[in-house]
Amino acid sequence: MVRLENMNEAEREMLMRLPCPTFETRPWVSGPPLSQRRIAIITTAGLHLRNDRPFQLDPSDFYRVIPGDVQANDLVMSHISAGFDRTGYQRDWNVVFPLDRLRELAAEGTIGSLADFHYSISSAPRQPAEFETPVREVTRLLMKDNVNAVLLFPV
Amino acid sequence: MIAHFVEDEGVPTAGISLVRPHTETIKPPRALWVPFEMGRPMGPPNDTAFQMRVLLALLKLLEAKEGPLLEDFPEDEPEMAGEMTVLACPVNFARDTSESGETDALLASFRREMTAMRPWYDMAVSRRQRTTVGVSGIDLETLVDFIYAFAGDTEPGNPRDDIPLANTLKLAVEDLRSYYIEGITAQPGQEGASSQVLNDWFWDETVAGKVLLAVKKACEASPDKMMSMMGAHFLVPHHVADRQQG
Repeated sequence: MVRLENMNEAEREMLMRLPCPTFETRPWVSGPPLSQRRIAIITTAGLHLRNDRPFQLDPSDFYRVIPGDVQANDLVMSHISAGFDRTGYQRDWNVVFPLDRLRELAAEGTIGSLADFHYSISSAPRQPAEFETPVREVTRLLMKDNVNAVLLFPV
Repeated sequence: MIAHFVEDEGVPTAGISLVRPHTETIKPPRALWVPFEMGRPMGPPNDTAFQMRVLLALLKLLEAKEGPLLEDFPEDEPEMAGEMTVLACPVNFARDTSESGETDALLASFRREMTAMRPWYDMAVSRRQRTTVGVSGIDLETLVDFIYAFAGDTEPGNPRDDIPLANTLKLAVEDLRSYYIEGITAQPGQEGASSQVLNDWFWDETVAGKVLLAVKKACEASPDKMMSMMGAHFLVPHHVADRQQG
């Protein structure tokens, strides 16, 4: 339903006003077949462990770590936005964080394995430039975890 | 944007795109646009087969030889069951509180409604073995009074020392909404209700919705900048607030 033509004008305008960067380069990295991929999730849904600190508007406090053995009841959401649907997530965490589906694919061998740690950030409201340093930092942590594919799930 | 930096650092990425024009501008390495509503990158809740199709379409992008790549997922979210069912709470929430002896009728209704939802909320937690309630750290027994206080003249104390009061309120509001939505979707035939049905019910039919609109209004008028910003933008969806005013 995020067909823009289906949104009301105010919502559409707000979305279109969000800062949207362009890049000079087009990085592209290849990897092994899916069956040899070690996969991590990066979500921008503002998810974190129940006892973790809530997300705030502090640009230096960028991400939360979600352990690979997390269960659905361990996670809560502290995204500040009131603008996206939460009724799907409230019934099924896979709507924003499809770890059950990925575990099924890993169990049947379609993908190689899942990372020891996944990462969560709260997408709004941030300036694009705030992303670069922490995202590079997270990526280096992912590489130490031997991750060779990252799946990104926005809200 | 995240994908760009991750890939530049050396790890392949594939991402869901919800707002196609943004993705067209950013040009991340591999993106799958999905025609779902914001907040649902994987589509409908509890539809394992559908979610698996989305995930496999996303993973397939990792096998592409060159990019950037922006593909469209071909399926819309299925029409959810229960769309036409009228949702009803287990009690009548008419704001007649003459029997309660409470001086504040709205607060009394709010309390009764919370209590009446409790069996369904407990059922939801038991069935799903999970709840998304709890991010505020405020227990359910205290939640009503804490939130309701913002609609009045005096702000309550902040039960947390790690975040500002306005943020505690925001989290409490999300806990309240989660409590209601988890509860109502545990009622017979409502597990698959669409977001629109659920949101229309919450904002138009419940006392909690009315209270939150009053809280929003009071917060907007607060001299505290953080609180007024919270009230203006983050407690009630804009389209709901506009609808109420219109």
